[in-house]
Amino acid sequence: MTTNTQQPDVRDAPQDLGDAHLRVQLLSQPRYLSGARDLVSAVAKRFGFGETECGQIALAVDEALCNVIRHGYDRRPDGKIWISIWPVNDGSDGDANRAGGMQIVIDDEARKVDPDRIQGRELDDIRPGGLGVYIIRQVMDDVRYEHRNGEGMRLILVKNRGSASEHDGSQK
Amino acid sequence: MDIGVQKEGDAVVLSPEGDVDLSTSKDLQHHLKQALQGKPVRVLIDLSRVSYMDSSGVATLVEAMQISRRQSTRLVLCSMQQRVKSVFEIARLDRVFEIAENVEVAGDSCSG
Repeated sequence: MTTNTQQPDVRDAPQDLGDAHLRVQLLSQPRYLSGARDLVSAVAKRFGFGETECGQIALAVDEALCNVIRHGYDRRPDGKIWISIWPVNDGSDGDANRAGGMQIVIDDEARKVDPDRIQGRELDDIRPGGLGVYIIRQVMDDVRYEHRNGEGMRLILVKNRGSASEHDGSQK
Repeated sequence: MDIGVQKEGDAVVLSPEGDVDLSTSKDLQHHLKQALQGKPVRVLIDLSRVSYMDSSGVATLVEAMQISRRQSTRLVLCSMQQRVKSVFEIARLDRVFEIAENVEVAGDSCSG
């Protein structure tokens, strides 16, 4: 994995994400999930998120990467995935009262699907699989799937600091 | 992933160690299927050494639960760390699985 803090220079990376504060490229292999989770969680912590929120953000990214590996690339091990991260309203505009948060964009060059058809399954239907999108939508504040220009899909995830996501870690 | 397997009376105790994600859930699935193949009275899964689980791990356990119900094996998840438990809560599967504080408690409740 490579990291960039100013002008990213990741070969073949999406060109319109040049202002990302941090970007990593990984191949569509499950063995890199753990490292991606650790990275995202560590950055979330630096952005001021609590331990539970850091875990939830890492879980959402893990689920998103799993979906790209399994469904986008059909477990092909040579597909490229990019994770780009920005702080949101981190006080750099002088407004220290804004809560702030984190935006994560996950890009791939995998098969395109209709964003409207990417839905979490009904929970009453108890069966293995199909939980990933549901979990992502539960723990993040904003979840948007888009077609990338050219090939592949883009997933935009936003988590606001101090916001009550649909699941706050407590039993409902 | 490292998965301990122990037979205790009429129960098989599985003790996976490490993260259960897309790269390791197949190992857990393999061991669970092997354990269930013998149609034991109980399968206890000691999750005390599992600090992370994603939906692929949850799916593996759902599959095992469905097999166990078909053959009347009692499947119990034991010693779940809060981080793992919260994934089950998000998916509302904490209401579907039998969850015990630890293996000893699961053993007591089953034998009584």
